[in-house]
Amino acid sequence: MQLQEIVEQAEAAIANADSPQALDEVRVEYMGKKGKLTELLKGLGKLDPSERREAGQKINEAKQQVQASINARKELLKAEELKAQLDAERLDVTLPGRATTVGGVHPVTQTIRRIEQFFGDLGFSVKEGPEVEDGFHNFDALNIPANHPARADHDTFYFTPSTMLRTQTSGVQIRTMEVEEPPLRIISPGRVYRNDYDQTHTPMFHQVEGLMVDTDVSFTQLKGILEDFLTHFFEESLQVRFRPSYFPFTEPSAEVDVMGKDGKWLEVLGCGMVHPNVLKAVGIDPEKYTGFAFGMGVERLTMLRYGVTDLRAFFENDLRFLKQFN
Amino acid sequence: MKFSEQWLREWVNPSIDSNELSEQLSMAGLEVDGVEPVAADFHTVVVGEVVECGPHPDADKLQVTKVNTNDGELLDIVCGAPNCRQGIKVVVAKVGAVLPGDFKIKKAKLRGHPSHGMLCSFKELGLIDDHDGIIELPTDAPIGEDYRAYLGLDDSSIDIDLTPNRGDCLSIRGIAREVGVLNGLDVKEPEIVDTASTIEQQKTIHLDAPELCPRYLGRVIEGIDVTKPTPIWMSEKLRRSGIRSIDPVVDITNYVLLELGHPMHAFDLDKVSGDIHVRQAAHKESLTLLDGESIELDDDVLVIADEQKALAIAGVYGGKESGVTLQSKNIFLESAFFSPDAILGKARRYGLHTDASHRYERGVDPELQRTAIERATQLIIDICGGQAGPVTEAVASEYLPKRGTVNLRAARLEKILGVHIKDEQVTEILNRLGLNAAFNDGVWSVTIPSHRFDLDIEEDLIEEVARIYGYNSITAAAPAAQLRMTAHKEADVSRHQLVNALVERGYQEAITYSFVDPKHQAQLFNEAAALTLPHPISIDMSSMRVSLWPGLAGAVAHNQKRQQSVLAFVETGLRFIPDETAENGVRQEAMLAGIRAGKAQLEHWSDGERAVDFYDIKGDVEALLAKTGEAHLFRFVADRHDALHPGQSAAIYKGEQKVGFVGALHPQHQKALGLNQRAFVFEVELSAVAQRRLPLARPVSRFPSIRRDLAIVLDQHIAAGEVLAEMENVGVKQLVGLNLFDVYEGEGVPEGKRSLALTLTLQDTDKTLEEAEVNALIEQFVEKLKTEFNATLRD
Repeated sequence: MQLQEIVEQAEAAIANADSPQALDEVRVEYMGKKGKLTELLKGLGKLDPSERREAGQKINEAKQQVQASINARKELLKAEELKAQLDAERLDVTLPGRATTVGGVHPVTQTIRRIEQFFGDLGFSVKEGPEVEDGFHNFDALNIPANHPARADHDTFYFTPSTMLRTQTSGVQIRTMEVEEPPLRIISPGRVYRNDYDQTHTPMFHQVEGLMVDTDVSFTQLKGILEDFLTHFFEESLQVRFRPSYFPFTEPSAEVDVMGKDGKWLEVLGCGMVHPNVLKAVGIDPEKYTGFAFGMGVERLTMLRYGVTDLRAFFENDLRFLKQFN
Repeated sequence: MKFSEQWLREWVNPSIDSNELSEQLSMAGLEVDGVEPVAADFHTVVVGEVVECGPHPDADKLQVTKVNTNDGELLDIVCGAPNCRQGIKVVVAKVGAVLPGDFKIKKAKLRGHPSHGMLCSFKELGLIDDHDGIIELPTDAPIGEDYRAYLGLDDSSIDIDLTPNRGDCLSIRGIAREVGVLNGLDVKEPEIVDTASTIEQQKTIHLDAPELCPRYLGRVIEGIDVTKPTPIWMSEKLRRSGIRSIDPVVDITNYVLLELGHPMHAFDLDKVSGDIHVRQAAHKESLTLLDGESIELDDDVLVIADEQKALAIAGVYGGKESGVTLQSKNIFLESAFFSPDAILGKARRYGLHTDASHRYERGVDPELQRTAIERATQLIIDICGGQAGPVTEAVASEYLPKRGTVNLRAARLEKILGVHIKDEQVTEILNRLGLNAAFNDGVWSVTIPSHRFDLDIEEDLIEEVARIYGYNSITAAAPAAQLRMTAHKEADVSRHQLVNALVERGYQEAITYSFVDPKHQAQLFNEAAALTLPHPISIDMSSMRVSLWPGLAGAVAHNQKRQQSVLAFVETGLRFIPDETAENGVRQEAMLAGIRAGKAQLEHWSDGERAVDFYDIKGDVEALLAKTGEAHLFRFVADRHDALHPGQSAAIYKGEQKVGFVGALHPQHQKALGLNQRAFVFEVELSAVAQRRLPLARPVSRFPSIRRDLAIVLDQHIAAGEVLAEMENVGVKQLVGLNLFDVYEGEGVPEGKRSLALTLTLQDTDKTLEEAEVNALIEQFVEKLKTEFNATLRD
């Protein structure tokens, strides 16, 4: 058979090969050990030496041409195969993903965590304490003697005349000052309890109290840190005012109001300079050290921050409510 | 304390409006709670006189009147009030008037009789909720005058929420003084003239407990007429200050209380026998109070007594027997200084919080008694007539509060406030407050007036200066402190991290009340004693939780009732275990607990849905324990718990210590807890998972690992956990992975047996394991399983 004819046959076979296997058979048929082109090369020896060189060159060229065609066909078939696979694997990407139900942290905890972070950055460490307290830590050490009208204002849940559910986390400040020396920077978040239940009161709620005691702590710094906190907590520059008030454990004392969206002042926290009697009760010299303390209602801050209108929702644990904060 | 703004302005009248005044008071620490008009809107209401009054021909209860309002002609008005009669002065809403509630007065016919207006009651004008017929005005009320102008009704009631230290502001006098200071104005006190005695009658007073009552003034007034009406100027001031008019004697003592801040009491002189004793009650001495209730007194209660019996609880409440009635003719008037210690807590003990006890508890001016008794005498004689005896005063000066001098150091003032206020300005503020400051060598020496009994120490003065200077005039500055790093222990696993781990697994954090329904708690923990609140909000919030489960079950029940189908809650918080040996008799332990119910996941188009089961929640617990980096220290051991399904309940051990439980809630508790599905719970002591092992790196083997699967058959009651633990115990150091991947019972496995399929991953740190070595290692495991559990390899 003429070389030209073989090449044409091979090219046709290659073009007809519709799978890598078929293509490989074509390769074997023409290029294998006993392939048609290989046979031609083997027949070169029978030729006259003067023709041998030229004929050999032609056959080799033909082999290269066929090999190139096979390679090209192979690429094409691979591409087609991949395309077919991809087509077969096509998905409706708009179907919902395989989701894990998303949980979330309670909004009150979220607020506590944010407060912890703001004050933590300033070197305040977080302290916790017992919720069933004794009269010393909840009242006496805080300069609230027995029968003081301020005690009656607390709506305390008593177990016995000397034990109660804490009405404030201030007892933690006392417990800390009993064992640690100034300088002190602490905050104490936690549950507190008052015997009161209506639209604006729940018998349990959360407070974060803060305390800083050092040699030169002053009222102007108290204003500074709280204004700073409120600006960062609400992430806007709110109008803030300090209004004189009274707490037995601080003097001077203040309540802090922020201007609400409705143009009304809203009380958000209480604060003051630690009363010298409180420092004395824990063995700190009030002439050497001064301190400020503040306390904020976590639910109140959370309500203002996220627009919650019913305090009681925080403790119903209704998923439809809680998931809004996830 | 609620008061009439007009009344205050009689004492001091700054040129600012009600809103500015309120703002000023709030910013001075007298927080204004509310400002309300003293009367609702109404107009075209005037003073009139009933000129004629006769029965309506066609209606039994109606009367037909002619009323003079000075309009030239008399008005025909039909009135239904029983007290309507000829000659009285009344309040007339004329045609065109609009009364509160948008009630328009028009010409009308009542049962055929024309009625051109209405005679008004207090209720119809929105003044007080009282329907004792129409208003009767004093005979001197000017006919035709606008009723609002006549009564000065364009006034506000200001309600201030006073802090307990400012007892000195529980009066018009006190607030006026404060307003005077704030506005730099003098305060005009009403003229109080001493009444000269015209009779000799007096009572001897014995201070039997002078430390509790160091001053007592009394005075006899004879021949008074308690049936006289209280003048309208007084009853209006009382009304606007939130006090009802009772009779002139009570009204006058209340008036003096509001005006001067001094409580008073009047006894019916004819019911008092012999001398007056101010003494402590005898143990269980009985007293019938003005409201008719009879109580037994404790011996620490101070009473006013005559020679036979207790007459009143000093400073708190009067007794019925000696009380002034409409028939009383002669009275004994009391004006006393009781020490706050004598009064504190007593009113609360008997549930008798009164305006008097409120003031005595906070303190009254110890120099005010004579002024108060003279003021009351003057008013009583003006209104009820009578003859006054001399004022008798018993005093034990050694027990009167000593109001000396207090020093304020300029340096201390600046240290506490952090700002410098000019010395002259401080002096000026102190003097405006009436504190008579003398400034020498950087120290103000201040004399405290008797009415500022709240001022005692230097800080009190610092607060006063700051308050008047204005808190908002004090600049704000950042606190300064030495920069010291805070300890952050790397091994600490915070509560937040643990909660987050569960949140990532689909849990929603819940916060439930620390007090739960004792029924629910007893249901789950029938043998556990719990701390009980003696005075809870309600019985179902009365038992301190011994576990977080009752609260979490409540959260699930709440949501199941609201069609929620995937329920997973986590909570952290204290449990309260009564324990005599613990501080305050209770162990308060931080716990981490969870509950799951309903579906494991929302139904998915690809995976379908399934109900949550024990292994879901156990997996959550395992993930939590893994946070410690020492999961191998924990074991789950089948164990019983009252709250849990006996076959699906495991104690969680850390080493030899039981630190928690996981399991299915016992089906028998479901209904009682309000649950409509199976629920699974866990609870661990937070302290058991609050620390993690710090990493200690070991080299990673460069040699290939080899995996071998073993299927073993063993008795079906042998716990898989024990099998896995024994495998670890073989001590083959090349065992780097062990996984139980199949559990099978049924065809091919003998009855009473089950098959466990395990993957063992073996790897050596020094060499590639040869086939023979692997086989030898595997043989060790097989041997161990055989000896420990009589396990055989499955064919």
